[in-house]
Amino acid sequence: MAQKQKGSLSALLVVLFILFAGFALFPLFAVTLASFKPSTELLRYGLNLKLEWDIMSLKNYAFIFQGTTDYFQWYWNSIVITVLFTVLCLILSAMVGYGLEMYRFRLKNVIFTLVLVVMMIPVEIIMLPLYKLMIGMKLINTVWGVILPFVVAPIPIFFFRQYLSGVPKDFMDAARVDGCSEYGIFVRIMMPLMAPAFAAMAILQAMNSWNNFLWPMIVLRTNDMLTLPIGLSSLLTPYGNNYDVLIAGSVLAILPILVVFLFFQRYFIEGMTAGGVKG
Amino acid sequence: MATPVHTNANVPTGQPPKTQRPARSQWSRFIHSSRTAPYVFVLPFLLSFALFFAYPVISTVIMSFQEVLPGITTYVGLENYKDLINPTFGKAILNSVLYTLLTLVVLIPLPLVLAVLLNSPKMPGRGLFRSVMFIPALTSVVVAGTIFRLMFGELDGSLMNSLLGVFGLEPYKWLMNANTGFLALIVLALWRWLGVNMLYYMSGLQNIPPELYEAAQIDGASRFDSFWRITIPMLKPVTIYVFTISIYAGLSMFTESYMLWNGNNSPNDIGLTIVGYLYRQGLEQNSMGFGAAVGIVLLVFTLVLNLIQLKFFGMFRKED
Repeated sequence: MAQKQKGSLSALLVVLFILFAGFALFPLFAVTLASFKPSTELLRYGLNLKLEWDIMSLKNYAFIFQGTTDYFQWYWNSIVITVLFTVLCLILSAMVGYGLEMYRFRLKNVIFTLVLVVMMIPVEIIMLPLYKLMIGMKLINTVWGVILPFVVAPIPIFFFRQYLSGVPKDFMDAARVDGCSEYGIFVRIMMPLMAPAFAAMAILQAMNSWNNFLWPMIVLRTNDMLTLPIGLSSLLTPYGNNYDVLIAGSVLAILPILVVFLFFQRYFIEGMTAGGVKG
Repeated sequence: MATPVHTNANVPTGQPPKTQRPARSQWSRFIHSSRTAPYVFVLPFLLSFALFFAYPVISTVIMSFQEVLPGITTYVGLENYKDLINPTFGKAILNSVLYTLLTLVVLIPLPLVLAVLLNSPKMPGRGLFRSVMFIPALTSVVVAGTIFRLMFGELDGSLMNSLLGVFGLEPYKWLMNANTGFLALIVLALWRWLGVNMLYYMSGLQNIPPELYEAAQIDGASRFDSFWRITIPMLKPVTIYVFTISIYAGLSMFTESYMLWNGNNSPNDIGLTIVGYLYRQGLEQNSMGFGAAVGIVLLVFTLVLNLIQLKFFGMFRKED
């Protein structure tokens, strides 16, 4: 009896989770479906789930691939910014997190407190002076203007520091005895040890950079410099919306990050759970 | 004082290195010493902090007392702050606070319960559900906002309206009305962050020693008792973390509203947020000093929240 009850309970749970999974996937499914329909259809009936084989085609995608918009230029800009940002952010933040966890030095606690302060204050507050600073540094409308201000990020620093708290410090002494320099220890011994943390943070930071909106919108000026989200949002205008490009373009914009996630999700979820927040 | 330098200098001569490296210069020795190394490691943060954080924060404070026009800045005292007292900004604050509260109400208990349910080892497809529910977080707000804008569209055939149709109700202009507009914002937040918060809670659950539950079971505690007396208190650090990030995300929300209402102008400002107002004043209307004053108000909000939080919960992790 009890066994049976338990069985139906877990069946209920599975149904519940299928509903939530449906909620998660449903909007993406709807937009993918819409991307195969003419935009006039979307304007007349809105986003719906009707499968209408007679009107569905690849026309929206074909239009993007014809290259009449800057879509692939935006795509390329997004790739460049995401790759540069992620690589630099991981290296620099790992350095800082490593320095803060593995050494004892005078300013250690002060610096860590500053990291927490940066983490706790929304960047939007300093947007305007930062914008002025970028004008002064002649970084407006450049890739570096988008990347530099946020490349040393508090969350990865915090995360790497947490992750390293599980690594025994004896490693370092052993390496020192073997004649390895302080930086050699970091590069040759610690970086490989931190691989799972790098994987988790790589996805998180790449995702943030790929999807970043407000700051790139402020820094980037000309159409050929825009990133995907800014470019896509520029298709929505007060004079009419280019839904055909927007919808198909949105589907194509989700793809790379989804593929990366599906490839690395194991490491990602393990990394997040290993180094995330501990009691 | 001179002694350590002396001994340091003597070490290499007394013990010649095996590898045939060229003699190290004083600079190189300084850089490679284990005393300097930690500072080299944290240097990127110090530089970035000084240039891209401390300096802008101070500038915001100064700018908020100025009128900033191209080429001319004049000191205007508290003028910007006086101008802040207006119904539009009041609405922006109200919206931001309401959005933050509603997201907290939805995005803490629900992920917690779901994580506990999904954490049961008997649950089939845990890994799959965990990953699938994370997928919305991968989509940009721009894409998500566009989708939700269409789903909550005013056309008869849009998803929400066809749902109403099923119940025999008239189509509705969801995004033209404050209540339903907010509903769209909250559903969007729930969609994007449910899986993320659930993941945080699942990681927290893995750190609870199973012995606690076994002991409770022996003492005759019911499942609900163990959930209430063990799971919830043990998850406190995760809850604090999720609570904190939700508050900051909530107070600085902008893009969601920007996308749902096609720019920074919702009807009657029903979707205007503090950052939306900052953006409107500082960048769209080029009134940087006034925008900076808006930023200071947001800063004060977060500082007050920080202090309250520090008082009640302490830091993320106490150590050293």
